Amino acid sequence: MDQTLPSAVEQLKQSVDALSHKVDQLYGQAAQIAVQHSGAEQTFLVMGITVFVLAIFVGYYVVWHVTPALHSPLMSVTNAISSVIVVGALIAAGPAAFGMSKIFGLAAVVLASINIFGGFIVSQRMLAMFRKKK
Amino acid sequence: METWSALAYLVAAICFIMALRGLSSPVTARSGLRFGVAGMAIAVATTLALPGVVSFGPILAAIALGGIIGAVVAIKIQMTALPQLVAAFHSLVGLAAVFVAAAAFTNPAAYGIGVPGAIVAGSLVEMSLGTAIGAITFTGSIIAFAKLQGLVSGAPVVFKGQHPLNALLGIILLAMVVTLVVTNASLAYVMIVLLSLLIGVLVIVPIGGADMPVVVSMLNSYSGWAACGIGFTLENNLLIITGSLVGSSGAILSYIMCKGMNRSFISVILGGFGGESVAAVGGSHGDKQVKSGSAEDAAFILKNASSVIIVPGYGMAVAQAQHALKEMGDTLGKEGVQVRYAIHPVAGRMPGHMNVLLAEANVPYEEVVELDDINRDFAQTDVAFVIGANDITNPAAKTDPTSPIYGMPILDVERARTVLFIKRSMASGYAGIENELFYYNNTMMLFGDAKKMCEDIIKSLQA
Repeated sequence: MDQTLPSAVEQLKQSVDALSHKVDQLYGQAAQIAVQHSGAEQTFLVMGITVFVLAIFVGYYVVWHVTPALHSPLMSVTNAISSVIVVGALIAAGPAAFGMSKIFGLAAVVLASINIFGGFIVSQRMLAMFRKKK
Repeated sequence: METWSALAYLVAAICFIMALRGLSSPVTARSGLRFGVAGMAIAVATTLALPGVVSFGPILAAIALGGIIGAVVAIKIQMTALPQLVAAFHSLVGLAAVFVAAAAFTNPAAYGIGVPGAIVAGSLVEMSLGTAIGAITFTGSIIAFAKLQGLVSGAPVVFKGQHPLNALLGIILLAMVVTLVVTNASLAYVMIVLLSLLIGVLVIVPIGGADMPVVVSMLNSYSGWAACGIGFTLENNLLIITGSLVGSSGAILSYIMCKGMNRSFISVILGGFGGESVAAVGGSHGDKQVKSGSAEDAAFILKNASSVIIVPGYGMAVAQAQHALKEMGDTLGKEGVQVRYAIHPVAGRMPGHMNVLLAEANVPYEEVVELDDINRDFAQTDVAFVIGANDITNPAAKTDPTSPIYGMPILDVERARTVLFIKRSMASGYAGIENELFYYNNTMMLFGDAKKMCEDIIKSLQA
């Protein structure tokens, strides 16, 4: 009994040390990840703005080339492709766990799907009508 | 994001650019559309293959549900109801953007932007932008839909203190965004959603029916910017690229529509145009005579003409007269009359509205000519046949500096030897302005329903 107590205390001490070491390690890792991540956030912002500005220029030149006769199909096609927001919706609806964000995600998937199918089909219907002289 | 998925998203983005590029000509438009569909399929498939996406059952059910609704609506819709359909579709994109932003707010870890209560500040700003634009697009499009569908009056709703109220709401919205970034409070997020929904309503109600082409284009643009905002939150380049394409497309269309009405974008947005207030302008025609004629008279004039330019407007869409009109054109063509169609940029209720309706009636697109390309030809034309259009033919736009539409480019129909003008009654157009053209010596008014009048003219032509 007298001998088991000190050894037990010793054991406890050891495991506490091990635990605190582990905590330190985890803290170090977390800090490292946090630093890396905040860096990633900033580089993405710069990259995102670059992509954003360039895409506006592409859009500007491409859309000015669209013939005025097809401005209605242009609207329905752009409407259909703006449903690409479904990408974000799928990520929200993706996890196995059920929660608020999943409900939001699934609702957005439904809405975006209405747009994708509806938008492309109505564009197709419109474009099929534009015919050359026989 | 893994390298392969980023590259797949890039391919999808290129497909979308190709889809828009295809629209530069009716010949390439259909293959362009296939690029669009392919791009969307790649985007969806790539996302489904991401490691975090595992719950396939509910997702496929959601896609199937939405897909069936969308397909049924798109197949059943009448071509004349296109403007309201497009407005309704825009509202869905707006609402979807709000939902995605809300999902990111409640479960930020899924997007790698922090944990609930401690979301990266930059992401919160982007999220607020996406949410606000999305919510404004949602309610704004619903109002536009209701106006176009005739559920509410197309007349502008103006009240005292409207603009200060909007400005105040905008400032509160901004304050809520700041609060959200500082405190991460859910209440601030909910307030952003509610305020934006309200602003969406208030921004669109003062805009009248005739300005709807601008509104629909503007909402088109907004839905793109909303996708952009979400793209920044999710750090997804595909969303940013596509959002920018759609955003700039809608902005360019708004610009073209505003130019077609010679009005600034700001004045359209501030609204109030097309109300009763301007109806009194130039109403001193008490002593002038209107010449009116029958379908037989019109048929006689048309038959003896060698060239006819048809000018369609929104009234043609309302009367569903495009098929009868096309038949009339064909009958005249057989008599050796050259028939062409002149399109004003703002004819109808959305950009390109008339082109689609004429295409539906099988009018070959070579016969349909834009304003700039045909306006000089009116002087050498025997008959200008105006059907369901009004303000876009009003010479007051050129001659009367006091007219609300002064400076607006118009189709010079009055230069034709004879103007045949189908109209239900002597009421003024959507801008509420009287059209002096009715009293010109070379104008003959054909009173009646546009479709019935065309059918009667065909009968007389064949008699």
